[in-house]
Amino acid sequence: MPVTIEIPTAFRRFTEGAPKYDCSAATVAEALNRLTAQFPALSRHVRDEGGQIRQFLNVYLNEEDIRFLGGEACALKEGDRVLLVPSIAGG
Amino acid sequence: MSEPFELRCRECGKGWGNAPRSFCEDCFSPLEVAYDYEFLKKRASRDKLSGRAFNMWRYAELLPLAEDFRAPNAVGGTPLVAAPKLAARLGVQNLYLKNDAVCFPSLSFKDRVVGTALVAARRFGFSTVGCSSTGNLANAVAAQAAQQGLDACVFIPADLEPAKILNTAVYAARIVRINGNYDHVNRLCAQVADRFQWGLVNVNLRPYYSEGSKTHGYEIAEQLGWRLPDNVVVPMAGGSLITKIGKAFKELVTLGWVEAKPVRFFGAQATGCSPIADGVKRNLARFEPQKPNTIARSLAIGNPADGPFAMKLIRDSGGWAEDISDLEIVDAIKLVAETEGIFTETAGGVTAGVTKKLILQGRIGANETTVVCITGNGLKTTDAIAAEFPATEAIAPRLEAFEAYLDSQLAVAAGAAKA
Repeated sequence: MPVTIEIPTAFRRFTEGAPKYDCSAATVAEALNRLTAQFPALSRHVRDEGGQIRQFLNVYLNEEDIRFLGGEACALKEGDRVLLVPSIAGG
Repeated sequence: MSEPFELRCRECGKGWGNAPRSFCEDCFSPLEVAYDYEFLKKRASRDKLSGRAFNMWRYAELLPLAEDFRAPNAVGGTPLVAAPKLAARLGVQNLYLKNDAVCFPSLSFKDRVVGTALVAARRFGFSTVGCSSTGNLANAVAAQAAQQGLDACVFIPADLEPAKILNTAVYAARIVRINGNYDHVNRLCAQVADRFQWGLVNVNLRPYYSEGSKTHGYEIAEQLGWRLPDNVVVPMAGGSLITKIGKAFKELVTLGWVEAKPVRFFGAQATGCSPIADGVKRNLARFEPQKPNTIARSLAIGNPADGPFAMKLIRDSGGWAEDISDLEIVDAIKLVAETEGIFTETAGGVTAGVTKKLILQGRIGANETTVVCITGNGLKTTDAIAAEFPATEAIAPRLEAFEAYLDSQLAVAAGAAKA
């Protein structure tokens, strides 16, 4: 499925300044793997040594945190947006 | 360090100087203000601060403030209230309420974190400040921005309690209502801070903001006579307050201002939004985020950024976390008001109600010294208890009418006693 990953400012130095990355993927996991294959320097910022998404990185599929959608295995539809956001909350 | 404090990554330890940033650009973990305690041991002392006014700025050397810092308006310095009648009802002794329900200027502990955040905002040259808020933070930002001549723009969930919205609007802050829950608002604010370069106190100023919470802990220790309690019960929304009270106690020990002793940290949440308590009770490696559904709106953060740190502190201290239902929250608000004359908001009801639960579980001992952290004023969440107090029927302004009323009330009471 053609989808877009939106890259936060903090990560853009690993994507040569690109604010978005378009790819074709069936699941969020596959989309993230395509992203880190294209930009290997981003790898260790997306996943920890155990291969899990890093604790302080939130991943959204459209408006929803993927942890409410079954995690990285959740399926993608055409035109979906995957958003990466460093975790910060409280107020 | 040329200053005795700087930002440091909580995971990888890398230093980042002082700047409006909240996460490490190497590993994207959160940053925290780190201090040169050896330097502070020489520069700060209990004697030095003893002559200062009793408010949060009394502890200036332990906060991220410049050496030529001059306090803006007073903040904090709230009562630590012995609560013997509440204690008796709960079957314990030595119970205290740290009463930030009367924190000034805006009647919640959020005044403390806004205090340090606005000092940082001015240092970094921001003329517009703001926040994402479940209510209390918006009130505090609006009030203190007005005091200090800064523009304020606050982002809130659209269905926040009317009192909290009014309590922000009155200071002439711009309020942006978002159709979503707090976690949606927070995500938007991360993007706003990125794009507009405003000083969002709990986003790009977060490390400086969170340091203000330590003063809640410092005051507790000083008010107990420079000693630490056995137990402290703290409400958890994002999880920052409990971790910063832990940091405060640890710093006081490092500085030699209090004797080291074990303190058990207990976290309190509403069952309708309890990701951290659930993580502690089920011994999870990572908490599972929740969709909040509780009257305790000020604690309604389903994805708490300091959740991992709160869980670790609780476990390492031998404490626990519990959660209670909305009905129990309301009962607890009434209990604290009826026994100690303190009217707290839903978050305070959560904390008092969880304290009761922990005592019943035997996790808090009858003879231990326990401090219950009351973080906000009941006037902010009157909607939550309104149904408990329906309007009574009015009587005529005549003595006979009052005598008849009194007779009927006594009859009702006698009937209830017999039943």
